[in-house]
Amino acid sequence: MEKLTNRSRVVVKKEMTFLESIYLPAIFGGMWITLKHFFKRKPTIQYPEEKRPFSFVYRGKHILKRDEQGRENCTACGLCAVACPAEAITIVAAERKKGEEHLYREEKYAASYDINMLRCIFCGLCEEACPKDAVYLTEELVPSQYDRKDFIFGKDKLVQPLGTSAHPKTYKPYKK
Amino acid sequence: MEIFLLDKTIIVVIVFLITLLIAMYSTWAERKVAGFIQDRLGPNRAGIFGILQPLADGVKMFMKEEIIPTQADKALFVMAPGISMLTALLTSSVIPWGSYLEINGRQVMLQITDINIGMLYIFAVVSTGVYGIMIGGWASNNKYSLMGSLRASSQMISYELAMGLALISVIMMTGTLSLKSIVEYQAINGWNIIYQPLGFLIFFICALAECNRTPFDLPESEAELVGGYHTEYSSMKLGLFLFAEYVNMFISGAIMSALFFGGYNLPFHDKLATIFSHNTLALLGTASFMLKTFMFIFIFMWIRWTVPRFRYDQLMHLGWRILLPLAMFNVVATGVVILISILWK
Repeated sequence: MEKLTNRSRVVVKKEMTFLESIYLPAIFGGMWITLKHFFKRKPTIQYPEEKRPFSFVYRGKHILKRDEQGRENCTACGLCAVACPAEAITIVAAERKKGEEHLYREEKYAASYDINMLRCIFCGLCEEACPKDAVYLTEELVPSQYDRKDFIFGKDKLVQPLGTSAHPKTYKPYKK
Repeated sequence: MEIFLLDKTIIVVIVFLITLLIAMYSTWAERKVAGFIQDRLGPNRAGIFGILQPLADGVKMFMKEEIIPTQADKALFVMAPGISMLTALLTSSVIPWGSYLEINGRQVMLQITDINIGMLYIFAVVSTGVYGIMIGGWASNNKYSLMGSLRASSQMISYELAMGLALISVIMMTGTLSLKSIVEYQAINGWNIIYQPLGFLIFFICALAECNRTPFDLPESEAELVGGYHTEYSSMKLGLFLFAEYVNMFISGAIMSALFFGGYNLPFHDKLATIFSHNTLALLGTASFMLKTFMFIFIFMWIRWTVPRFRYDQLMHLGWRILLPLAMFNVVATGVVILISILWK
């Protein structure tokens, strides 16, 4: 059979030679290896201070986008909820009243938009289904909680904060 | 007389504090060395580079709940860590930390006491050290602990023989048991390691075994004996056991540098004496002694994170059938060389 690497050796049980039987050369060899590791660069990332960059296509916590005038994009069409394979999204729709034009972009809006983060599998199908450019998965992580009910994220946690213009994937400004 | 007592008291306190401080930071250094060898950074959160880690560990140890098993022998159970610590600290009293300081025309020895049987004293105290582990393991009333302490005592007995024989060749050369005289002998004749490489190797291996360091850490082998003799211990009593190990490590490093590496002697002593005053020179000597000791502590740690543990039969084989005959051979060879050199003259 052909070998995959040239590093495998056939184990033979034989009498040790004198040098092998006093172990010292082997021990010094081992100590040389550990010494080399002692002076090696450490791959540790000092987490809270230093964060590893995410992949450009990373899918984290969702965001409900606003348009340039700060109006919510979502029209509560429910396509995301339909597309969701984990059935994590629950939407209650409502009609826009007079005087609310500065809040919602179209006549219908989501009165409540809940995502159960324990069900969500972060597949990004909601993002793909959305016709209104409303829901995106950001680079943010979903924080841990002590209670299961705290994992149901409502509009208070999902809607993009007012006054931020941001890249759909991150909150960072667009870069060309 | 009073001033003599005062000097001694101050030196005792200083040696005690320094020993504890170094043992404390050895725990930190051990974790740092372990981290670096395993491509990690080691503790670095408590203070810069984690130098407050020993304090945090100490506070943690004191805060932990103290558990005494119901079936344990309470008096012995409480006594054992104390014995371990006591014997570990007692050894530091005969180690020559430096030559002497001149303060107001008086000579202040940088050594607690220079008894003329210093080496015998060290041996006596070190072999008592096994009682702490033995009693701890026995009083816990736990099978693992008992196994650990049995191993500890058999290991100590086996390796003390070879250690003693390795030392006898040094004592034959220097003709004295006092550590200070051995160090001063090396100032004239060069370091003992040059004449006794085999003796040093045997002594070093036995020192590892006496300190219960890897590859001889069978008494506490955390994998198969769940901590061995200190399985049942918690809180500061466990802390004392672990701490005693580091004190022992420091002391045996100091003994090795005194016996084989010239102790507090400086190279080019005569030239340096023209530049520095006597006191500076003495302190420099102490610093070099400490440096050698730290080097040994580092080597101890380095070995610990390189070599796996011996199997029990390998341990006994190494002690009785390799080290002991080698040490005997070394004694005979040293004797022959000394005899020839006497006849030559």
